[in-house]
Amino acid sequence: MTHLTLGQQLLDSCAALLLLLSFAMLSQRRVVTLVNLYAMQGAVLTAATLLLAWRTGEGHLYLSAALTLGLKVALLPWLLHRLIRRLGVYWDTEPLLNVSGTMLVGLVIVVFSFALAQPITLLASTATRSAVGIAVSVVLLAFLMMITRRKAMSQVVGFLSMENGVFFGAMSASYGMPMVVELGVALDVLVGVLVLGVFFFQIRERFESLDLHHLEALKEHE
Amino acid sequence: MMHLPVHLMITLSPMLLVGCVALLLGWTVIGLAGLLRPRSVVLAGRVLFPLGALLGFALAVLAGASLLGGGIERLVLPVGLPGLPAHLRLDPLSSVFLVLLGAVSGGISLFAGGYFRAGEGAAPGLLCLQYHLFLASMGLVLLADDAYSFLVAWEAMALSSYFLVTTQHRLAEIRRAGFLYLLMAHVGAICLLLAFGVLQGGSGLFTFAAMRAAHLSAGWAAAAFLLALLGFGAKAGLVPLHVWLPEAHPAAPSPVSALMSGVMLKTAVYGVLRVGLDLLGHPVWWWGLAPLTLGLLTIVYGALFAAVQTDMKRLLAYSSVENIGIAFTGVGLTMVFAGSGMPAVAALALLATLYHCLNHSFMKSLLFLGTGAVLHATGERNLGRLGGLIHRMPWVAWLTLIGTLAIAGLPPLNGFVSEWLLLQSFLFADGLPHALVNLLIPMGAALVALGAALAGYVMVKFYGIIFLGQPREASLVHAHDCGWLERIGLLWLALGCVLLGLFPLQVIGALGAVTTQLVGTVVPQASPHWWLLAPVPGRPVSYGPVVFLTATLAVVLMTALIVRLTYRQRVRRVPAWDCGFGTLTARMQDTAEGFGQPIRHIFQPFFEIERELPAPADRTPRYRIAIAERIWKLLYEPLARAVERLANTAARVQQGRISTYLLYSFATLLVLLAVAMAS
Repeated sequence: MTHLTLGQQLLDSCAALLLLLSFAMLSQRRVVTLVNLYAMQGAVLTAATLLLAWRTGEGHLYLSAALTLGLKVALLPWLLHRLIRRLGVYWDTEPLLNVSGTMLVGLVIVVFSFALAQPITLLASTATRSAVGIAVSVVLLAFLMMITRRKAMSQVVGFLSMENGVFFGAMSASYGMPMVVELGVALDVLVGVLVLGVFFFQIRERFESLDLHHLEALKEHE
Repeated sequence: MMHLPVHLMITLSPMLLVGCVALLLGWTVIGLAGLLRPRSVVLAGRVLFPLGALLGFALAVLAGASLLGGGIERLVLPVGLPGLPAHLRLDPLSSVFLVLLGAVSGGISLFAGGYFRAGEGAAPGLLCLQYHLFLASMGLVLLADDAYSFLVAWEAMALSSYFLVTTQHRLAEIRRAGFLYLLMAHVGAICLLLAFGVLQGGSGLFTFAAMRAAHLSAGWAAAAFLLALLGFGAKAGLVPLHVWLPEAHPAAPSPVSALMSGVMLKTAVYGVLRVGLDLLGHPVWWWGLAPLTLGLLTIVYGALFAAVQTDMKRLLAYSSVENIGIAFTGVGLTMVFAGSGMPAVAALALLATLYHCLNHSFMKSLLFLGTGAVLHATGERNLGRLGGLIHRMPWVAWLTLIGTLAIAGLPPLNGFVSEWLLLQSFLFADGLPHALVNLLIPMGAALVALGAALAGYVMVKFYGIIFLGQPREASLVHAHDCGWLERIGLLWLALGCVLLGLFPLQVIGALGAVTTQLVGTVVPQASPHWWLLAPVPGRPVSYGPVVFLTATLAVVLMTALIVRLTYRQRVRRVPAWDCGFGTLTARMQDTAEGFGQPIRHIFQPFFEIERELPAPADRTPRYRIAIAERIWKLLYEPLARAVERLANTAARVQQGRISTYLLYSFATLLVLLAVAMAS
């Protein structure tokens, strides 16, 4: 057992928090709380980025942290809250798989992710031993959330959370993506949410509900 | 594997090949020029189509020079895939088919110049583009020397002809015919793609030169040949892949039918020869049994169905099926003989095949154009509403008569020569070193003879009902003869039929380079006279068409003279004898249905007949008969159902639920990650 420095311990704590938040999102049915959890995930991510920036002294990581703070903690949650108010969707309906079942599947996925990340972890620098496994878990758990939810709103939050996982993975494995890529991804996410917002209004206008099972009628009939 | 004799030199400066490529480019330019004023009949009809005809004749001359020279020219163009530029090659085999393309398309283009009019389907300028692209792509198919250029040209040929077939795309029936054609063309193209994939033999090189050099195991070589046979068979209309022909030919404008039947089908024969005898090198004798059997089946099948048709273009389409059968029979015989170490007989069979391709191009184009002229003059394709047109349209009638006699296989016209040569080569089958096969093959000769007899029957029906007798409809009185451009086109093709029939020795001499290239020897000429064809040394068989013609003419003249001298009275015209019935109308003449009735009766099991007979007390009696092919119910409908079932099974993947789709990606991701982890 190697002795971990304070910075490493803090970083691992951040990673653990991210994973915990992912599980919280997986079990949460109130949409407003889901957005709040997403904002918290963003906050933890900001903290982790700042920590890494401080430890490595990479200048662009500070910028990246600022970007995360502005976009994922402030702007996107605000946009989503406004959407929720306007559309009046506060609750998701019963998920396709019940909460305890989803949690169990989530556990299996975490184990799988860690097994998957092991060879990478051995190669990675000491700063980010467990982080890669957690990043993969966060991505897959968010994916799982998208699968089990019925409301379009929850799926968007799942999609955004997935991006958090990718971001955390990139950051911990290679100290962040190049700035240009990071900016591009941020812009993509922003535009994606805006477009989906418009899309929601259209769906509601057409089906008078945001429940996605109405979209099943769109498939081609024999 | 190349087995070229030494004297087939490879020329270094590809003068003729460059000329051919320039002419193909010229066709493309002419086609594009049609778009300058797409609605103008004058530009397309009076300028561009005749110009295209000139290029066609020039191509025939260039390719003819190459054929007589017997050399091989190669060219690599800096276009195509990275690492695989377009390879072109002009050798005797491609030359003979280029001569065919140029000479026949020249006649058809002249006719087309007078044929296409405004207001009939697509604009003339657009037709001009599709037509000339069709010509250029056929030329490229014949010149291509790598699989990529070949297939690109092959598909361009299929697509451009598809658009030509669906010229009158506003009719649902024509769109349906076009779709069937496109479908069969694609099935064939897939087979060809696979065949070339096998032919490259794992070398990854797709030039034909690499394929010649590739050493395939016996199994793979057979697979490549059979795939190629299927692929080219679908284009040629080999039974059971012929179903698109009787639909597409009536749908297409007549010059297009002529071009497709006369020239495009021959590119398929070219393809089989190229793959079977050139790219694969020495054929194994039993490969030839496949084209031979299918060819014989196709001959009888096509002739039978032609005999019971009532639509004149459908009738010709089935006749094309029959003639393609003859060509493939010849290919099969060539391969059987070549694979059994009998090159001299193989050369004879190959010669018959090539000769028949040339002949059929001329005569079938002539007939299709003749029906086009009739169609324009009367607006009718149904034989039951035609008749007596020889008085109204003498040019068309007399020129069509030449084509009719030729395709019926009557001497001294060209159809006889090739069928005679083919039957001659059948007679050598007893020399084959394979028991049973050498007994069965001569029976094929009987089938060929049956086909020839039926073809004669079909042609009597075709010509007699359209041109002879009395007009069956009052409106036929207004029928007019075709214009001068159309006449020149018909005249050229008829001239081709006559010349190919009268001078077989010269034609055979010119084809010698091809037989040398593919089977390594020429057909000997046992007779010292220029007018006597005696292709089989040691056997007393010979044929002198000029002598035959002279004798026939002499007999006819003598008869006329004798009648003139002995019967001095003037000719009287009296009403026909009506058997005491009273009034005879033109409707009482023998009909197409009536003429086909004996055949329908004798070969009933072949046909799917649906008939409605009027009751005896019926005030307005109506007789209706529909003859369909059993092959639809036996082969195509089960096939279509199976494909649909499969598609429906696959469609279950599409649930409509987003969660399910997400689950698909999730599962895929997990599996891929697990694979990455394991490796």
